[in-house]
This record gives sequence, structure tokens and C-alpha cells, in this order.
Amino acid sequence: MAAVKYIPREKLPEWLKALAAQSRVLVPVEEGGSVVFRQYDPARAPVFGSDATAPPKGAVFPACQELFSYAYGKEGEDNAPTLKLDPKTEAQPTVVFGSKPCGARGFLIFDRVYMGKKFPDPYYIAAREATVFVTMACATVENTCFCHWVGSGPADAAGSDVLLTPVEGGYTVEAVSEKGAKFLDNPALTDGAAKAAEAEAVKKASRDALGEAPDIASSPAALLSLFDDMEFWRDQSDKCVSCGACTYLCPTCYCFSITDEGTGTAGRRMRSWDACMHFQFTLEASGHNPRPTKAHRLKNRVGHKFSYYPTLHDGLIACCGCGRCVKSCPVSVDIREIVQNAVAKAKG
Amino acid sequence: MSRLDALKTRIKEALPGLECVIGWQKGYDALHNTPLFIRGEADVDKLEWGALNVHNPAVYLPSFAGKKVGVVVKGCDSRSVVELLQEKLIDRDNVVIFSAGCDGVVDIAKVRAKLAAAGLNAGNAEKVAVDGKTVTVTAAGKAVSMPMAEVAADKCLRCQFPNAVLADAFVGDPAPQVQAAPAADADLAALDAMSVPERMAFWRYHMDRCIRCYACRNACPMCVCRDHCIAQSREPHWLSQEDSVTEKLMFQVVHAMHLAGRCTECGECQRACPMDIPVLALKKHLNRTIHDLFDYQAGVDVAAIPPLLQFKLEEDNIKERSW
Repeated sequence: MAAVKYIPREKLPEWLKALAAQSRVLVPVEEGGSVVFRQYDPARAPVFGSDATAPPKGAVFPACQELFSYAYGKEGEDNAPTLKLDPKTEAQPTVVFGSKPCGARGFLIFDRVYMGKKFPDPYYIAAREATVFVTMACATVENTCFCHWVGSGPADAAGSDVLLTPVEGGYTVEAVSEKGAKFLDNPALTDGAAKAAEAEAVKKASRDALGEAPDIASSPAALLSLFDDMEFWRDQSDKCVSCGACTYLCPTCYCFSITDEGTGTAGRRMRSWDACMHFQFTLEASGHNPRPTKAHRLKNRVGHKFSYYPTLHDGLIACCGCGRCVKSCPVSVDIREIVQNAVAKAKG
Repeated sequence: MSRLDALKTRIKEALPGLECVIGWQKGYDALHNTPLFIRGEADVDKLEWGALNVHNPAVYLPSFAGKKVGVVVKGCDSRSVVELLQEKLIDRDNVVIFSAGCDGVVDIAKVRAKLAAAGLNAGNAEKVAVDGKTVTVTAAGKAVSMPMAEVAADKCLRCQFPNAVLADAFVGDPAPQVQAAPAADADLAALDAMSVPERMAFWRYHMDRCIRCYACRNACPMCVCRDHCIAQSREPHWLSQEDSVTEKLMFQVVHAMHLAGRCTECGECQRACPMDIPVLALKKHLNRTIHDLFDYQAGVDVAAIPPLLQFKLEEDNIKERSW
């Protein structure tokens, strides 16, 4: 592990400007009451205090992206049909600066799906490899934070390349990956050994503020055992309005839909975020829908994160505990409560 | 007996004949109440009545078609129930309406801003006390008092119906009217003052952060197309899945047009928006037009037919024969 460095708060713009000269730099900024990741603009002060309303998911996995354009044509004397495909896999070098650990860690869940041996996704891989995460450890936590339930914490460096920790007057800076080590070469960064102890204290304080996590180790089996208990799922989903706020704001929700947008003989194939809360998610061409009600759909969302995914992926829970699904839900559906209810109900 | 206790008593009496009664209970923290579905007598004691009951429970009613349910409503929510009845989207015999006078609800976004101004995060709220005209929120050990008038939902500041327009069990004393004449609509006035290009820029700026979750649509009690919304339909293909501002704004315009003269301005679309986009103004603007043209207000009279759901050979305020 490289030595700890330090950057005073007033020097941050200097570092950000240097990074922005080389790549796209996305920072959290305030916009109409929400905090969203936008391209760094020295005229807009980034917001590093509380977690962003929307995570930096779109940096690597855009809400909508063109996979390729297509055009049908004809050639030769016999008018033989032709098809021209123009895939768009190139990715822009990007730095996500100031996301919380949970926002960066979300991509670890993606990686196992889109960077696996079986179905490697060239679009995702290109964007993932072109992106560096300079993450801000949490100095404070919120009522909706539960990263410690899912094997993480407010200073978790997993999924990040550089970890900043707020200390008096500035931030300590640590490289936490090989990629990250190259990013500390800037004159604005000085030796941070004197600040290291303070940074460790900040990390410990925010972890302590989260308290003890309940034992949800049995959630994969518990949720599976309740798969056919539709009364349980009716009770959990009664108040859900079936919108996609939880899924679209989730750093780990990776489902997508594919649509062709074209006219005549040419068009584009688009990939866009899908949401399992929506009726159309598993609607089949025949009209049959295996998840016809919101109870079936919420069961899928919770089951996927806390049962099916961990069963396939070495116990890794497909949730980073950021709490956005709780905080941004219009009716305060609380996934923590559902998981605990399932664990308790399965125990009988 | 308090309004809450009186409501509980009436609900307990009616519960045996009902599938469930929809109300509110305490949520995940002190600042958030959450919808409650009362299915057994033990659930009744979880019921809350007060300034944190921000949701409109009428949104759930059409999903209980064919079943008899109870619903606890504020005055504004009762207008949604009436509008649903007007449009025959629910059956009067299958809904039992419980209500009490409402002294207004808070706008969580305003509370959040007040706390931020005091250097606090609403995400650390520990305690909320509503005492007459003051809301006191304790966060991270610090109490911040805010006048209700400054943190109440905009609709409450202009409320004409603090008491349900239709109820089967209205308990306690009616709540007083906010004021004789409704105050001017500040958000509409601000938009009116803009030039057309400025207004377009305003909407493009705000819609840019829309995540297309459709919380605005799904929290709307009058959005009854549900699983058949044009936003996600390929036939008709009015909207693509492209996440451009144009597509996002197009959906909002379709939504607003579909609600013209049906929207009761409960504000759920805007409250539900996780990205704080002020989408209610679009519906308010159309409602103002409907009011001017047809002298009509949605959701106050079960027998009334919404003006855009009927045809009159000669409109009172549209003199097309003399054009």
C-alpha cells in the first residue's frame, strides 16, 4: 500500500482541473434540490458531504446507450441484400470523483455478471476499464445507511481506486488499486503521514455510528423458503406503487432492456435500464407474465439481491447498503425490514 | 377523544366487513410516515394522524376492484376518491371513507432544506414534534424549530378542503379553513413571468435529471392506465427508450394532458419524484385553463362529469360559433 497523501480543501480544484485535462471527470453537484453526478465544471462547487441522490451508475452503465447502428441495403446486379452493422464499444476515459464507497462498490456486483467468462459484455468492460473511482469515505452516516449489513462499511475501498477521507482542513488520499496509484502524481498532493491517524479515527467513528448489524446470513435460504408464500409478499408489497425509483437509483441493479429505434431500413439498437418493478419487465410476447402483480415483482427484487445472486456468487449480497431505495421511495418501502421479516418468518 | 382515537374506534367497528383499511403508520425514521394496510385489529393501533401523513392513499383504491376496502383520507385525498368515483374507476359500494379534519402536512423537501440551512442532515432525523403552528425536528442531537407555514406542503397553504368532501365516517371537529381566498400559486406565477424560451430552458434544465422511474405516474391516483402506459408501449410508439430530455419532457406533457380537468392537485407526482423535479406545475397550468374555460374543479362532486370526458354542442365559455 502506497503512503498516505494529503490535499487541503482549497487545493481540490487544482487537482480536479488537472484530472479534467486528461479525462471526463464526474463529480456530485447540486441540481434543483437533488445531487447528481455531472462533468466537472470549476464554476460549480461539488457536493461531498452527503451521498448523492443518484449514484454514479451511469458513468459505466448509461441509462441508455447505443449498442450499434444498422442499415439494410442492396448490392450488385442481383440486388443481394446487405446489412451494415456499426458497433459502438469505445469508452471515454472517466474519473468518478467523490462518490461514496457504496456507489463505487456497486460495480463489484456488475463485474461478476458482465465481466464473467461465459458472457463478457464488451460495452461494459470497455467502460469499466476506462473508469477510475476516486471515492470519498463517509464522515457521517444517515438513517437509511446499512452498508455494514452487507459486508461493507463507510470507508470500504472495495471497487474504488483512490480513497479520500475528510479530515480537518482537507482530505487524506490513499491509492487502493494499481490504477489508483497513478492518480496521486499531482503537486497539489503532499505527504499525509501526519493526518493518517485522524483519517483512521474518522473512518472508525462513522463505522461505530452505524452500530451493530443484524444477522441476515440466513436470508438466501429464508427468502427461497418463502417463494410461494404470496400472503407474505402481499403484506410486504401492499404499499409499493410499482415505480422504478428503487431500481434506477440502485448502484447494483444491472438489468437492461433492448429496443431498436429505426425508420425504414436503418436504425439503432439501444440498451436501456430496465426495472423489475415494472409490469413490462417479464411480460412475454404471448401476453403471459410470470410476475403479474407488484407482490411477485417486489419478491424478485428482494430475492435477487439477498438470495438468488448470493447463491450463484459465493454468498456475495447484491446490495451495497446505500439506502437509496429506502430514502427515495415515495412510500418508504424498506428493504431492510422485508429481509428481516423474511428471516424471522422463515425461522417460524 | 382525539381525532386519532376516534378514527381507530370507527375503523375497528368497520374492519370485519372490509378487505383492509388503508391509512398511515410510522416509517423508517421519525420524519417519515408510511402507508399502512390494516388487515387485523392489531394493525389499527399502528395508525397515525397528523402532519407526516404526506401520501395520498387513494392511489391504491383501483387495485382493489371488486373488493370492499376502507380508506383514511385527508381533505385533499378525499377529492381523489371523489374523482375516481366520478370516472367510475371505483365503486361507491366498495369503499368506506374515514376522515378527520386536517391541519396540513409537511413537505419533507422543505424540512430537508431547513435542516440543511442549520447545518444538519434530514437523514439524521431522530425526533419530530408538531405543536400547533411549529414543527420541531431533532437531528444529530440538535433541535430545530420551523414554523409550519414555512414547511407545509404548498397545497396546504392554499387549501380549500381541510375537511373531506365525502366521508362515511368523519370524526371530531372540522379543521378551520386556511384562509378565505386561496393565496396565489407561487410556482405558476414564476413560470408565467418567464418568456417562452426561458420556460423551455427551465423545463429542459429540470428534466435533464429525470431518471424515468415513473414515480410521478405511479403515485398519481388518477394515472389509471397503469400497466398500459404509452411511456413503455411499443404500439403506439410515441416514446422511445432513449433517455433524451425531449423524450422525458414529452412524457410529462402527455401525463399532464391526460390529467387536464381530472387532476385534483394532490401533488403526489412532485412529492414522489426522487429527483425533486417540479412536475406539478404542468398539471396546475392545465387545470387553470380548464377552470377558466369550463368553470370546473375536479373531485368535488361525485355526480359531475369532467369537462373533457363529455361533449357539449355549445360550450358556455367557448363561443366557437361566433369565431
